[in-house]
Amino acid sequence: MSTPAPKLTVATAWLDGCSGCHMSFLDLDERLMTLVEQVEIVYSPLVDAKTLPAQVDVGILEGSISSEDDLEKARLFRERCAVLISLGDCAVTGNVPAMRNHFKLSEVLDRAYRENVTLQPQIPTRAVPALLTPVKPVHGVVAVDVFIPGCPPSAETIWSILSDVIAGRVPDVSAVTRFGA
Amino acid sequence: MPRPTPQSTVRVVTLRIDDRDLSAREDETLIEVCREHQIPIPSLCQLDGLSVWGGCRLCMVEIAGQGRLVAACSTRVAEGMVVQTDTERLRHYRRTIVELLFAERNHVCAVCVSNGHCELQTLAQRCGVDHVRLPYRQVPYPVDSSHEMFRLDHNRCILCTRCVRVCDEIEGAHTWDIMGRGSDCRVITDLARPWGESDTCTRCGKCVQVCPTGALVKQGTSAGEMVKDQHFLPILARRRQAR
Ligand code: SF4
Ligand code: SF4
Ligand code: SF4
Ligand code: FES
Repeated sequence: MSTPAPKLTVATAWLDGCSGCHMSFLDLDERLMTLVEQVEIVYSPLVDAKTLPAQVDVGILEGSISSEDDLEKARLFRERCAVLISLGDCAVTGNVPAMRNHFKLSEVLDRAYRENVTLQPQIPTRAVPALLTPVKPVHGVVAVDVFIPGCPPSAETIWSILSDVIAGRVPDVSAVTRFGA
Repeated sequence: MPRPTPQSTVRVVTLRIDDRDLSAREDETLIEVCREHQIPIPSLCQLDGLSVWGGCRLCMVEIAGQGRLVAACSTRVAEGMVVQTDTERLRHYRRTIVELLFAERNHVCAVCVSNGHCELQTLAQRCGVDHVRLPYRQVPYPVDSSHEMFRLDHNRCILCTRCVRVCDEIEGAHTWDIMGRGSDCRVITDLARPWGESDTCTRCGKCVQVCPTGALVKQGTSAGEMVKDQHFLPILARRRQAR
C-alpha cells in the first residue's frame, strides 16, 4: 500500500470580526470534503485542537487587531505559518471594528457597558484582554502574504484563492473580490 | 483648459497608442481617443460633459521622449506622438494613488451607501488594490445632513470637484466650492454654510448623480442602496454648447 502524500496543514483564527468569514468558509459545503483530502485543519474555531502547532503551512486570520489577545495571536501565526492570509475586510482594512478609532476608548466602553445597560452596568476587566487603540488591519502589525477582501468574501472567492495557494500559485485576488464584496 | 469646440476645418493627426497606429482630430485629448478605441484608462475627476480638471492623476500615461508623465484627460494629441497607457511604472503609480485615497479619509465599503456602485471601489479592484499598504490616517470628517433631500459625507469625498463643475457649468447654480488646503481641503456649499440653508441650491440632484463615491447621496439610503445615473450629463452638455 502506497503512503499518501503528506497533507498541507492549515490553521485559522478569529480575531475582531463577526465570524462571518468563518461561516462563509463553511459555505464551501461539499467542497469541504475535497478540501480535507488535500489539507488538514490543525487549529481553528471549527476543530477541537487547543494549541497552534509549531509549524503550519497556511494560516488564515479573520478580523482586525483590536485587543492584546488579537495582537498575540497574529504574532504567533506569523511566527509559525509559512503563508499568512488575511481573510475578510476586518482583517484586510480594519472595516467595522476600526470605526471605533474615531472615539475615545473610554467613550466606546461607556456606550457598550453603561449607557445601554440597565442591570449592573460595569466595564469588564477580569479575564478579558485589554483593548488596543487604534484598531489596525492584520498587516498593520505583522507581514501578510495574501489578502482576501470582502464582507464576507463569498465561498466561491475563498475556494478559488485557497485552491491557488494550495497549488502554490499566486492568486489574482482582484479578479474575484474587492473591498465590501 | 476650455472644452474643445467643434470646427469645420479640424485637421487629423496620426499617433501610436500601445503599439496601435491611430488617427484622431487634432482638437481631441488623449483620453478621448483612448475611449473611442476601447483602450481603458482609469480616471476619477474626468467626466464627459464637464470641463477638464486634471486633479486625480489616475489617467497618467507615458509619452516617448518625455521623462515626465502626462494626464491623458488634459493632454491634446499631436502628430507622431507615441503613447504607452499600461506600463509597470504607471500601474505602480495608479495603485499608489488609489491607496492614498483610501488611507486619507474613511472608507468602510461594507456599510457604505454606495457599496457595489462606487467608482473608487471599482477602480481599486481594477488597479489590483487588495489592501492598503499605508497606515490609515483615522481622522474623522463631518457629515452634513441638513439638506432635506441629499447628504454630504466628507469621509468619502475624494475632492474630484465633479460636484463643483456640474453645479456651475450645467445647472448654473454654483453652490459648490473648494475650501482649505492639504488634509483640511473640503467641498463647501455657499460660503461654507450648511447645505440645507443654501440660497443657491436648486435641489436638482446633479451633483449627487455625478459624485463618483458615497460622498454625495440621497437622504434615506442605506448600505449599498445608492445607485447613480449620469446619463443626463452628455445630453445636457451638448445642449448647453449648442446655444
Ligand atoms: S469581514 Fe465582514 S463578515 Fe468578516 S468578520 Fe468582518 S464584518 Fe464580519
Ligand atoms: S465611497 Fe466607495 S470606496 Fe468609499 S466606502 Fe463607499 S463604496 Fe467604499
Ligand atoms: S463630493 Fe463627490 S463629486 Fe464632490 S468632490 Fe467629493 S467626491 Fe467629488
Ligand atoms: S482623470 Fe485625468 S487627472 Fe483625473
